[in-house]
Amino acid sequence: MRGVLCWLDDRLGFSTVIKPLIEHPVPDTGWDYTLGSATLIAFVVQVVTGVALAFTYVPTPDHAYESLEFITHGAVLGGVVRGIHFWGASAMVLLVAAHAAQVFLVGAFKFPREVNWLSGTLLLVFTFGMAFTGQLLRWNQDAYWAVVVGAAQAARAPLIGEWLTGILFAGQSVGGATLTRFYATHVFMIPAIIFGLLGLHLYLVVRHGVSEPPVPGVPVVKNTYRERYAELMHEEGVPFWPDAGWKDVVFALAIGTIVLLLAVVLGPPELGAKADPLVVMADPRPDWYFLWYFALLALVPPQIEDAFIILFPLLLGVLFVVLPFVAPAGERSPIRRPWAIGIVLLFGVSVATLVGAGYQATWSPDMEATSLPESATAGLSGARLQGAQLFETRGCLQCHQIAAVGGRRGPDLSKVGARLSPDQLTWRILNGGRNMPAYGTTLSPGDLSALVDYLGGLR
Amino acid sequence: MSDESVAEEVQTRRKFLSRLSLGLSGLAAAVVSVPIIAYLLSPLLRPALQVWRDVGTVDSFRVGATVEVAIEEPSPLPWAGQTALTAVWLRRAGAREFIAFAVNCTHLGCPVNWRAEAQLFLCPCHGGVYYADGTVAGGPPQRLLRYDVRIADGDRVEVLTRPLTFT
Repeated sequence: MRGVLCWLDDRLGFSTVIKPLIEHPVPDTGWDYTLGSATLIAFVVQVVTGVALAFTYVPTPDHAYESLEFITHGAVLGGVVRGIHFWGASAMVLLVAAHAAQVFLVGAFKFPREVNWLSGTLLLVFTFGMAFTGQLLRWNQDAYWAVVVGAAQAARAPLIGEWLTGILFAGQSVGGATLTRFYATHVFMIPAIIFGLLGLHLYLVVRHGVSEPPVPGVPVVKNTYRERYAELMHEEGVPFWPDAGWKDVVFALAIGTIVLLLAVVLGPPELGAKADPLVVMADPRPDWYFLWYFALLALVPPQIEDAFIILFPLLLGVLFVVLPFVAPAGERSPIRRPWAIGIVLLFGVSVATLVGAGYQATWSPDMEATSLPESATAGLSGARLQGAQLFETRGCLQCHQIAAVGGRRGPDLSKVGARLSPDQLTWRILNGGRNMPAYGTTLSPGDLSALVDYLGGLR
Repeated sequence: MSDESVAEEVQTRRKFLSRLSLGLSGLAAAVVSVPIIAYLLSPLLRPALQVWRDVGTVDSFRVGATVEVAIEEPSPLPWAGQTALTAVWLRRAGAREFIAFAVNCTHLGCPVNWRAEAQLFLCPCHGGVYYADGTVAGGPPQRLLRYDVRIADGDRVEVLTRPLTFT
């Protein structure tokens, strides 16, 4: 037995090549340094569960949805596999974002690790690429309309807009060639690119070493950094395996446990309605990792929207790319770089707020509201009752709340009678205003006065 | 020959071999890329087809009413399923006058909903609102896009397919 192991070790070069690699000296780092390896593990889990799903998934518009329904409800433990893939995707997006934030906070992107940062930036971008292409493969209404919304944004690009939508659709519109395109991108192309970039990223981690935890007052000086780092590793370095690696294992296991629990207890989300271009009663929403951007697009003033849709992603990309060249040296400690803490906080709070706003979507009409609550119509008769019914049927309720029912796009009208006179109400209904349609041509004089009677009585 | 000139010759030879290998590999990659890239871009290289699609007789639509009709894409793939069809809002504006609107909001392409009683199109995504004639009543979008529509053979209403665009 020992002879066989020695033979294998000699032929594989484990003791001579691999062992020194995994035992290379690293600084004694804290738990925040485990985010990168946890992202890597999350990716591996996505690959394994993804391969399993691909054994059954059919990437054509006429059967994709049905095959996923079968995976979720028909296949043995298929729901758990899809659940891990679904929750694992969220975990990977969160981890890669947290990893980027941590590297930024401790200034680990500085000399000589600029390319580590750039390859990490690409990995971040491609992780979002996986998230986008992945949610389309569900081929439900959200997925179908996400393709259209994505294409509508690509179409805003100057000169190449039309060309980009053609690439996204693989044709003139969403059709038979679209889904296979996203499938191939999601399961072959982007993962292959990620594997390549991961190779580079990890190679660079070994080449330049794991960045030492920053010490306030000890800046990065290009001429002396490498020498100082080598000295530090010589004096205080510990072998990566197992001195630092055990933390990576424990953290990844903790994340894995959460993902597995979510997959078993909550399972993957139901698919909802199947993608169908003829069912226009849809309320498309992207998954949370794009919901913040979807919300942002609702809040951007229309005048700058064209520029925003193109320039905002571009600006983010440029900021990531220039960062290690703008600040290649100097202080690394976040305590000496308060603006770094500020940027991470601002970004985190903004995204969280926008995701919250995206779920509320107060800018969207309430498409489902059909009738006012009893409390808002109790005791009404004659013209005022007719007015209340007009409020329900003429689309008012879609954008205005009365007694906590209705859309929130326009002002709450529960007490509008105390605020506006009948003349003001009439004028506003006839002429509309800002985001309100003018009803001048569609309401009869009788209907108008009934509506004004009803609204005027709301105090 | 002196040692020096031999060494120089070896250097030249190595430089040549290295350049030759890299050049040939690059050439091979370029040659293979041509069919692959052309194949991947083929949807863009195909000319955009436009076909008139029958959606019913003139009298199957009520004057003043807006209804959803389905038209088939010009040449759908056999496995396209429901995506072979496109929804269009068709309004019979007069006895012989029809207007066809895209269902896609001109803001970000979401499907606009016709509310007959309100005489408005509502977009569920970012609150775009349009009047019955497709002009904007509120929200971020431009006016609704139209499809060409005609009356053929005396009483057949036909809608012309077109690529899905947003402006």
